[in-house]
Amino acid sequence: MADDKSNAADYWKANVRLIFGCLAVWAFVSYGCAILFRPLLAGIPVGGTDLGFWFAQQGSILTFIVLIFFYAWRMNKLDQKFGLGE
Amino acid sequence: MSQFAINLLFVGASFALYIGIAIWARAGSTKDFYVAGGGVHPITNGMATAADWMSAASFISMAGLLASGGYANSSFLMGWTGGYVILAMLLAPYLRKFGKFTVPDFIGDRFYSNTARFVAIVCLIVASVTYVIGQMTGAGVAFSRFLEVSNTWGIWIAALIVFLYAVFGGMKGITYTQVAQYVVLIIAYTIPAVFIAMQLTGNPIPMFGMFSTHTESGVPLLQKLDEVVTALGFQDYTADVDNKLNMVLFTLSLMVGTAGLPHVIIRFFTVPKVADARWSAGWALVFIALLYLTAPAVGSMARLNLTTTIYPDLAGQVENVEEALQSSIQHGEITSTDAQGYAPADQWTNHPDIPEWMVTWAETGLIQFRDLNGDGRIQMYNGSADFSDLGWAGNELEVNNDIMVLANPEIANLPGWVIGLIAAGGIAAALSTAAGLLLAISSAISHDLIKTMINPKISEKGEMLAARISMGGAILLATYLGLNPPGFAAQTVALAFGIAGASLFPALMMGIFSKRMNSKGAIAGMLAGLVSTLLYIFTYLGWLFIPGTNMLANTPDNWIMGISPLSFGAVGAMINFAVAFAVSSATEEPPQEIQDLVESVRYPKGAGMAVDH
Repeated sequence: MADDKSNAADYWKANVRLIFGCLAVWAFVSYGCAILFRPLLAGIPVGGTDLGFWFAQQGSILTFIVLIFFYAWRMNKLDQKFGLGE
Repeated sequence: MSQFAINLLFVGASFALYIGIAIWARAGSTKDFYVAGGGVHPITNGMATAADWMSAASFISMAGLLASGGYANSSFLMGWTGGYVILAMLLAPYLRKFGKFTVPDFIGDRFYSNTARFVAIVCLIVASVTYVIGQMTGAGVAFSRFLEVSNTWGIWIAALIVFLYAVFGGMKGITYTQVAQYVVLIIAYTIPAVFIAMQLTGNPIPMFGMFSTHTESGVPLLQKLDEVVTALGFQDYTADVDNKLNMVLFTLSLMVGTAGLPHVIIRFFTVPKVADARWSAGWALVFIALLYLTAPAVGSMARLNLTTTIYPDLAGQVENVEEALQSSIQHGEITSTDAQGYAPADQWTNHPDIPEWMVTWAETGLIQFRDLNGDGRIQMYNGSADFSDLGWAGNELEVNNDIMVLANPEIANLPGWVIGLIAAGGIAAALSTAAGLLLAISSAISHDLIKTMINPKISEKGEMLAARISMGGAILLATYLGLNPPGFAAQTVALAFGIAGASLFPALMMGIFSKRMNSKGAIAGMLAGLVSTLLYIFTYLGWLFIPGTNMLANTPDNWIMGISPLSFGAVGAMINFAVAFAVSSATEEPPQEIQDLVESVRYPKGAGMAVDH
């Protein structure tokens, strides 16, 4: 039982760590590249405008998709590794 | 075949498809009715979620918002997609593991309190009802424009169709019709966009075409657009915004609001496993992104097309800007005007310069014209800029943003069947969202209010009947509100997102991520988030949106720290978290069985199908 408990706690810690990592990228592309750091990226041209604009209207959405699939893939691995899957 | 016959054929065929699916997918049990039997494939569920989520606002209005606001309105794109990241990581898998039917189910059980359950039911109903009004009016507009029936008849037909498949099919019927509706709406949205991207840039993929070279002028499309709009006194299309705090908070509000909207969350209860809930969120975003990545291209290209329709000489390489501005298109002779000086549609559109699509849309009143300087030409520009040296006396052409998508095929001279497709697509977007919202409302009433709180002994049959009656009642209410939209229909979207983001989302997240959170903390937090958000919105938009009752004018100067009422949901969510943790840490910890429940939702093991208990 004690083993089960610490195993489960480790699983949850790994999950929370993974979420923090993913949400850091999520915030970086949307609030960072697309909004707050846009003036810093103004020098990088993308098709008639700058990189910040591209992130705001395309790049952040594409990143979001990658993030969710990455999270799903890693979590399914963790489910198996900790023996907590269905 | 006339355009009307083509529209009728497309819309009629799509309706026959939805009804056919509804007959095939009748709900036999409450489990079928609430969660489609719990056996929906993650990709199917992703597609249904995309249709559920993409409403008349996404399909009809978003490209117009981008066209008029440019970069500044990117918040809608990021907010309405980024919410799925937090939904996939912070809510969906754990709520699926919890294995019940509704959002108030989780809040009531997790916070072991019927008060918490009741607050959740009220938040859910208010958020969903305000949201459904826009769907009914959106369907009414699409019907009246394309099928030449009155707005009232349009709304009644929409209500009847939804009634047929939602009441009999429940979640099962809704899920499979939403899949069909997604296919209809995404084809309808992308085909015109592909043609227009080809025409303007030679690149058939809109999301790439937007960043390619504009064929006619030889410069990048967005650079061309910036040149054209600034020549007319508008801000650069791609211009940065000054108030970054507000843009960040607005985006965040839309994200937490998206993640907290019950009709989206309950879609994740229909998949067989926890792992499927994770995959399904990813698929949902893929299907949503097909439209959301295309929308900015539709918006920017429509803005360029519209402007160069009025000023044909601005389209190519411009030698002399002033001359190009002065050779705008001419309009027909005007002999009578209304009180504001607007000309009747048949008069001003009666000139060979005026394109066919402007004639059609002028009849609907969504394009209005008045000749302010009497020069026989149309001037469309930023009315607050000074062009008096050109003899201009003000902006003469008012174009409703919603036209951008609906008139897109006509602007690009596409064949009649594409217009029929757009009609079916717009109606599909409105109906699929309306059905999802109505299911969320009816399950809150029949399952949470009647079965859990009032009469736990109700039989399965009785509960099904209650669910169908409350669904019918919800449709009647939505129809009534669609026919008599309160004057504040546009502002209520802020309310729906504010409530979902500031009350439901934090409560759900804390219920999963904090074992220590107790019922007192959660209830205090939900109420604090809800009340603070409502107070802030009503202060600027009027108490219950009644005009004239606002305490401060709704201008950026009056906003606290420049935060708009639409952006306050994110602040309300932070207040919710802060109050909940403060109250919870000052009161007793939750009982052991609740801590065990939190423990169990965190691990997929032993999930099983969604079950009633």
